[in-house]
Amino acid sequence: MARSPRRDDFAASPRPAVSLRAATLQFGDRVLWEGLDLDVRRGELVAVLGPNGAGKTSLIRVLLGLQRLTSGEVLINGTPPRRGDHAIGYVPQQKGFDRDLPLRGTDLVRLGLDGHRWGLVKPTRRARERVAAAIASVGAGDWAHSPLGSLSGGEQQRLRIAQALLSDPSVLLCDEPLLSLDLGHQQAVMTLIDRLRRERNSAVILVTHEINPILPLVDRVLYLVGGRWAVGTPEEVMTTERLTDLYGAPVDVLRVRDRIVVVGAPDLEHDHLSGGHHHVEDELRGQQRGLL
Amino acid sequence: MGLGFYLHQSFAQHALIAAALISIACGLLGPFVVTRGAAFAVHGTAELAFTGAAAGLLVSNDPVVGALVGSVVVATAIGLLGARARERDSAIGVILAFGLGLGVLLLSHYHGFATEATDILFGYIYGVSNGQLVILLAIVAVVIVVTAFMFRPLLFASVDPELAEARGVPVRLVGLLFLYLLAVTVTEAAQIVGTLLVLSLTITPAAAAQRLSARPGIVMGMSVLFAFLAADGGLVANLQHPTVKASVFVTFISFGLYLVARAAGYLLRRPRAHVHTVEAH
Repeated sequence: MARSPRRDDFAASPRPAVSLRAATLQFGDRVLWEGLDLDVRRGELVAVLGPNGAGKTSLIRVLLGLQRLTSGEVLINGTPPRRGDHAIGYVPQQKGFDRDLPLRGTDLVRLGLDGHRWGLVKPTRRARERVAAAIASVGAGDWAHSPLGSLSGGEQQRLRIAQALLSDPSVLLCDEPLLSLDLGHQQAVMTLIDRLRRERNSAVILVTHEINPILPLVDRVLYLVGGRWAVGTPEEVMTTERLTDLYGAPVDVLRVRDRIVVVGAPDLEHDHLSGGHHHVEDELRGQQRGLL
Repeated sequence: MGLGFYLHQSFAQHALIAAALISIACGLLGPFVVTRGAAFAVHGTAELAFTGAAAGLLVSNDPVVGALVGSVVVATAIGLLGARARERDSAIGVILAFGLGLGVLLLSHYHGFATEATDILFGYIYGVSNGQLVILLAIVAVVIVVTAFMFRPLLFASVDPELAEARGVPVRLVGLLFLYLLAVTVTEAAQIVGTLLVLSLTITPAAAAQRLSARPGIVMGMSVLFAFLAADGGLVANLQHPTVKASVFVTFISFGLYLVARAAGYLLRRPRAHVHTVEAH
């Protein structure tokens, strides 16, 4: 990968894998976030939190090179992001595949290796071995040869992670990787992501709306709210004072056993039905899932 | 006069070759049509072949070239109006409705035999000329080459567009290229087997193949095979029983294969479900 020599000259301090400087993203009049400064080192896991519409997924799109900043600077390993960068592994938002999709798990993982290449590519042994190794590293060997559509959400998600790991990325971007997974699968997927970032020393940026399943693994939190943001350890950011300040409205952060519950956080999207209490609703939804 | 007699007649030979060529192109594109949920695009471009044919008749007395040029216009319009999957169906509906109205207007200004344009709606399989066969052969060759060239990016973009985009696949370009291939194939197929049969040869064989395998290559191969069995099998059956229209046989064979594939697929996939229930206990 071509790297800017200008940046490499400053190698005295270890270069962050992801670096945002005064980064602002704006769609028309709506400011998603403004003046964002964030450095993520390799091996670090940063959770991106915030209400719907706060620009969490847009941040991922900026890092993938799919969305330009309105102003400011973003660097991945010292260079501006570009589409198809193999230094980045991407696990998109969990969505189910069609039952009849003519694709096996191993085919999906394989697309992470050469799905962007035109023309006929001779299937090499090396490529097969890399795919098999990625599948083994996420423990998906038992179902990798089954049709994707017949797999559970957790099984599909592990294969997506295997796909993201194929290029041995230094940066792993996960957009709501736990969405619609049951508690057991959530834990399995998080343990997997945690183990892989330690083994491979990758920087992980993980968008989520539920911090509790990942709380023990998170190094730092980036909290986005309507143009404003806060960065720090969960203990620093997830407090009544900080979130009240961020939302500009009274918000209570409660610690119930080892869980964090945010009460009274208004939603950003101006629809009448979800007038607020987004996080509490998520909490309740999580607990009610078994009952429904 | 038996089947052997007909098979020595050039009209029957032309028909069988044309049907085989069409089944290759339709069979190759079919799995992508099903995966991308583009059945309505097939239907829309097939019906709009009529408008293109009417325009071709009016301008240069050539419905075939008119239909082909028209299909490229239609594919571009669909591609420009419907970038997202959700918008695409309504974009096709809008273009289809307007396009058919335009076709009727064009036809009312044509003072020759309108059957040449309406033939496109119903097909005229036993009237394939040498020239038409050459055009068809060229189109099928282009479909094979372009599909092979963009196989992986197209598969990637069809299966998981967000991921494909992040991995560097030009998702919109790939989608537009696919629409062009589809529109040209469908238009060419429509004037030979008719609009009605295009769906039978594009969607049904691919849908049947998907019940039997989850390997992209095998699904494509089976989809071509099923389309071929339906198209040429239907023609042969029609030559033996000329009182029943060829299109009836083609649709029936195609649908029959689909039912058999569904049943076989159910049996094939059951063992896995069984293993899961055992694990759950």
